[in-house]
Amino acid sequence: MSIKNGLLAILSLGDCHGYQLKHELISRTGSVLDVNIGQIYSTLSRLERDGFVRQLPTASSKDGQQLFAITEAGRAEAQAWLLEPMVDERDVRNDLATKLALAVTLPSVDVARIVKTQRARDIQKLQGLTVDKRGVEPQNPAQVAAVLMNDRAIFNLEAELRWLDHIETILGETKARGLDTALDLQAYAAKRGRPTKSNDKKTGESND
Amino acid sequence: MTKSTLILASGLTRTFGSGDNVVKALHDVSLKVSAGELVAIMGTSGSGKSTLLAALGGLDAIDGGFVEIDGQMLANLKGYEAAALRRQSLGFVFQDLNLVASLTVRENIALPLELDGMAPRDVAALVTSALEEMSLSEIAHRYPDQVSGGQRQKAAVARSFIGNRKILLADEPTGALDSRSSEEVIRLIRSKIDQGLAGVLVTHDAKIAAWADRILIMRDGEIVEEIDSQSSNGAS
Repeated sequence: MSIKNGLLAILSLGDCHGYQLKHELISRTGSVLDVNIGQIYSTLSRLERDGFVRQLPTASSKDGQQLFAITEAGRAEAQAWLLEPMVDERDVRNDLATKLALAVTLPSVDVARIVKTQRARDIQKLQGLTVDKRGVEPQNPAQVAAVLMNDRAIFNLEAELRWLDHIETILGETKARGLDTALDLQAYAAKRGRPTKSNDKKTGESND
Repeated sequence: MTKSTLILASGLTRTFGSGDNVVKALHDVSLKVSAGELVAIMGTSGSGKSTLLAALGGLDAIDGGFVEIDGQMLANLKGYEAAALRRQSLGFVFQDLNLVASLTVRENIALPLELDGMAPRDVAALVTSALEEMSLSEIAHRYPDQVSGGQRQKAAVARSFIGNRKILLADEPTGALDSRSSEEVIRLIRSKIDQGLAGVLVTHDAKIAAWADRILIMRDGEIVEEIDSQSSNGAS
C-alpha cells in the first residue's frame, strides 16, 4: 500500500497533523508499515501539489500544529483506491493485506465489496492463466519453465482467494455479532510534529 | 454455429426442515449450460452447490422450478424414463464412491453400456478406445483398490463419458487428489467439454474452477456472483 493512499483514507475521517497521520497509519495497518515523519511530510507536499489535500490555517489547530484537510478530489481518489481491485503483481498480497487492514478501521467503507471485487478480479486472472495452460504440454521440456512460472502465479492467486474467503467469513461473523471495527481518530500528542510556518509567530512558539 | 442448450434450470427451490428450522438449500436458482460449455459452482459448505448439482441430475427432488435436460422436462418423465435419461445422457462424477470395488477398471467403465443392453462387441470397442484416450489401458484389468486415487478418478471420468453422453455433472471430482492428479482429471474433463459436451462442476478449488468458462458463486442457496472468463481479457 502506498503511503499516499493510506494518508488520503485517514484524512477522509477528519483533519490531521503529520505526527497524528503517522500513528494512525501504523496503528490501522497492524503495525507492519514502517514510515517516518519525513516520508509523511514529503507525501503530504505531493498530495497538496496534486490538489488532494490542503493545509488549514494554523489558527484552526488547538496546539499550533499544522493541520491537513482532504479535498473533494482527494476524497474521490481515496474512495477509488479502496474500491478498485489491486492489479499490480509486484507485491500485491502485502498491498492488499494492508489496504484491507486499513479499510476495516474506516467507517462507511464497504469492506465486503472490496473483498468481492478483488475476488472477481483474481478469479478472472486465474482463468486467464488457466487458458494459457490449455495448449501447453506439461511434459514438454521446452515448456517446463513457462509451466513453472505460470503455475506459481496460479498457486499464489489460489492462496489469495482462500484468504479472501477466510476474511470474508471472519468479517461476516464480526458483523453478525454487531461488532464495529471502525476506529475514531486518536488525539496524538504532537511531540515531534513539523513546527508551524514563520507567519504563525505567536501560536507556534511552544512546539519545539 | 449456435450452441444448443443442454441444461436449463429455472427458479429452482429446495427447502429442508420445517417450522423454525427451515433451511432454504436452493432459493430461486436459474442456470443455462450449452454444448461445449463448462460451468463451475463455488461456495462455502452449506451454500447449496451440491444440492443444485443433485437437482440438475434429477437425483434429488425440488420444491419449485424446473429442470430441462437436453430438451426434456425432468418432472414430466416417468421413473424408468428418468433413469434411462440419466444413464444415457448424463455422466456423474463424485469425489469418492465412484467405482464398483468388485469390478475391474475396464468392467466399471463398461457398466453403463451393459446396463443399457448394448451388444458386447460394441461395448468392448467403445471401452477400449476410452481406456486409450484416458491413458488407462495398462491398468484396465486391475481392481479399484489396486490403482492410485488419480487413476481411480480418471476411470470414473471415463465411465461418466462413455457412450453418447452429452452432459457431465461432477461434484468435487478432484477433492481427494493431489494437485498433479487433479490437473490430469480436469484436463480430461475440459477436453471432453471442448468436444461438445456440457458440464457443471462443483468445486472449492479455485485452480480447478478456473478451467470453466463461467464460475458461479453460491451463498445461502443463491447464486450471488457470476464470473465469466470471456471478460477477463482486460482484467490485468
